[in-house]
Amino acid sequence: MALKIETDLGRFRQIVRGKVRDELRRFMARGEMIGRKGKNIVSIPLPRIELPRFAHSPGDQQHVGQGEGEVGSVLGPASEGDGGEGQAGNAPGQHILEVEMTVEELAELMGEEFGLPRIRPKGKKNLLAAHGRYTGIATSGPESLRHAKRTFRQALKRQLASGTYDPERPLIVPVREEKRYRSFRRQLEPQANAVIFYVMDVSGSMGDEQKEIVRIASFWIDTWLRSQYQGLETVYVIHDAEAREVDRDTFFRTRESGGTVISSAYKACRKVISERFPPEDWNIYFFQFSDGDNWSQGDTEQCVRMLSEELVPLLNLFAYGQVESPYGSGQYIHDLEQPFGEDERVILSVIEEKPAIPRAIKEFLSTGR
Amino acid sequence: MPLPRELAELQMEVEAVAQRYGLSTFPVVFEMVDYAQMNQLAAYTGFPVRYPHWRWGMEYDQLAKSYEYGLHKIYEMVINNDPTYAYLLEGNTLLDQKLVMAHVYGHADFFRNNIFFSHTNRKMVDQMANHATRMRRYQDRLGIERVESFLDACLAIENLIDPQAAFEDHYGLSDAHEEQLDPNEPIAVRSLPAKDYMDRYVNPPEFLERQRATLQQEREKRRRFPRSPRRDVLGFLLRHAPLDSWERDILGIVREESYYFLPQRQSKIMNEGWASFWHTRMLTRDLLHDSELVDYADHHSGTTAVQPGRLNPYKLGLELFRDIECRWDTGRFGPEWDACDDMAERTHWDRQTGLGRDKAFEVRRVHCDLTFLDEFLTVDFCRRQKLFVFGRERRKNAWVITSREFDEIKQALLFQLTNAGTPIIEVVDGNFRNRGELLLAHRHDGVDLRKDWAIETLGALALVWRRPVFVETTVRGKPQRLGHDGQQPCEEDI
Repeated sequence: MALKIETDLGRFRQIVRGKVRDELRRFMARGEMIGRKGKNIVSIPLPRIELPRFAHSPGDQQHVGQGEGEVGSVLGPASEGDGGEGQAGNAPGQHILEVEMTVEELAELMGEEFGLPRIRPKGKKNLLAAHGRYTGIATSGPESLRHAKRTFRQALKRQLASGTYDPERPLIVPVREEKRYRSFRRQLEPQANAVIFYVMDVSGSMGDEQKEIVRIASFWIDTWLRSQYQGLETVYVIHDAEAREVDRDTFFRTRESGGTVISSAYKACRKVISERFPPEDWNIYFFQFSDGDNWSQGDTEQCVRMLSEELVPLLNLFAYGQVESPYGSGQYIHDLEQPFGEDERVILSVIEEKPAIPRAIKEFLSTGR
Repeated sequence: MPLPRELAELQMEVEAVAQRYGLSTFPVVFEMVDYAQMNQLAAYTGFPVRYPHWRWGMEYDQLAKSYEYGLHKIYEMVINNDPTYAYLLEGNTLLDQKLVMAHVYGHADFFRNNIFFSHTNRKMVDQMANHATRMRRYQDRLGIERVESFLDACLAIENLIDPQAAFEDHYGLSDAHEEQLDPNEPIAVRSLPAKDYMDRYVNPPEFLERQRATLQQEREKRRRFPRSPRRDVLGFLLRHAPLDSWERDILGIVREESYYFLPQRQSKIMNEGWASFWHTRMLTRDLLHDSELVDYADHHSGTTAVQPGRLNPYKLGLELFRDIECRWDTGRFGPEWDACDDMAERTHWDRQTGLGRDKAFEVRRVHCDLTFLDEFLTVDFCRRQKLFVFGRERRKNAWVITSREFDEIKQALLFQLTNAGTPIIEVVDGNFRNRGELLLAHRHDGVDLRKDWAIETLGALALVWRRPVFVETTVRGKPQRLGHDGQQPCEEDI
């Protein structure tokens, strides 16, 4: 039965959605507020949406309770915001509303908020191919597809129930209604595949703060691209003087020391691309995060050469985000500006600190490539 | 859904017992609902139909979630109405249903007989449905957003009503109050008739002068608007705010419902106490089968359990009614009892007065929580029930027991119950600074307003009043005026 309250619930959800959208930029700058629940659900803590009213300031009030305890015994911790301007309630406790949302919804909000264009996958590979697979069972079909075992079972059931089954002479004759057939289910398989390369400099100059920025930025990039492609793969590459492919967890946790040779990462990626992601079948996104400190000018020159000749032509997008670190010189972005400043496949952005994340993401994703 | 036969028979049994004990109710109608319906009803504060608003959705969302996680289960819900509607949750055991029914008869009796409920609309189920229809019509005509934003503003101030006015016609909005005076009429001081030569002594000129001054002042006061501070802010707005007819109607709906719910806010402890008092008595003396006793004890102790840091109205109310019954049965009242300070004598005090039942019924008729506790909370009771006062200790950042002294407990309790625990706000001036602005005053009684909320609420008020709105209050010992002009909040020291 449909409940009347569904209307009110729907309206409430709409309001929550609006709130999330309003707060989105703040969330983006503070990634730790978003929790993942399972594969496809994120939970977002919002201050409880409440109608304001004249109320007593809860911190100043004396309350009456009942039970054991001496004068001075602690009943429970007072929550942070319980002060003059804090949370209401006549007892310890906080009002935080956990809003659950699917990743798709979140991406949609993000698209609305930033005015992100939908991505046009390159080529004609965005067709979904339908594959038929015989996975189901139907009560009608051609005799050639009859499922003998199921049919037999149905007939046996009926005979057992009606008492005509004779174990001495087990003769099972199915009637029309008992016949079962294999059936055909269409399955859509994505043809427009995309892969994101996340490349991060983990040399000694990249601190936890910088990694946090990368982590947050990659969450949002992931969210958006996932909403645009059916099957999205990710490749994580870390490098200092040498590069290696790692899993997601290692990507964000590793802290190496030592120098930085950026070209090593490009070589590694080039290898992965040629082995696993032929560019004609894949939309390839490349996000590189670094503090902009390369080992030598000679290597930088090699990087520029590799990019313009080998990598960029294969990619949908090459995005370089330079996080600011107290140790890095930040030279690399300037070296890239010269050759690629005009190239629309290349986006360069400086992320000074967390509040700049939303801006950088907008820059990265608003090309629609 | 009509009750199954088993439960219908059970209801008859419970009702017969209730009547034997002297409970008198409107006809009680039980409905059987599943948990989703129950949650919906709870979100709608018990009514099957309410006007559309997202707040119910939020409430429902939370109830549904906490039900799914197994954090709560609503056992009973009763509406103050004639007939009195109550709900039973499908799938509860027969014992649960019996317990709920007995409890419901307690509530139903309270609704019908308590004086504070006497003015409530006993056809509120119908009235709520009418309100819903009107609200829907406005939404259809004007759009959801417009109606909603005005309704939100009204709901932010829904608790600004006058408990006294509840007993007057139209909750104090009848025209009798607004007598018009001619400002040009000369001030006539009444003097006593006296012979000329005596006049100076019978009507001394200084006295006449003083009289004149008082009358003058009185007249000045009358010119003020409102003449004296008004607690019924909603009523004041309804009468004087420049509203469209649909806005006036919505404000009226909110006000009417607020007055309807007021006595329930005023008598939570008594109401739950009374219902618990009767369900224990009826079940343990009349309705329980032997096999049900243990489960009953389990459930009953669940509802009356105490947690630190929370006052359980079921427990407190129940114990107070029991205490009253016991005291009046044994004659532990009156000057003789008060004067006695011999502990031994007090413990074995029994004058065989047997007035307990009558007293309890009298109390349920004439008291609300505030007067109930003021009158019947005793030192002995506080000690026996282990009541204490707790507050926030900033240094430890924790809730800490601050006292077990009777006076402090009582004071804190009464404070909690005064105006149902909300600050007292009055309209002082409807033409503040001669600019048509609205000035409210907070009667500060030791606790500050929660400032961020207060400012937001003023914003809502400004939306209704259409001009800036201010409230004078005290913030950390300093008098301050908070305000909002619909766009910008402001505050200044005064």
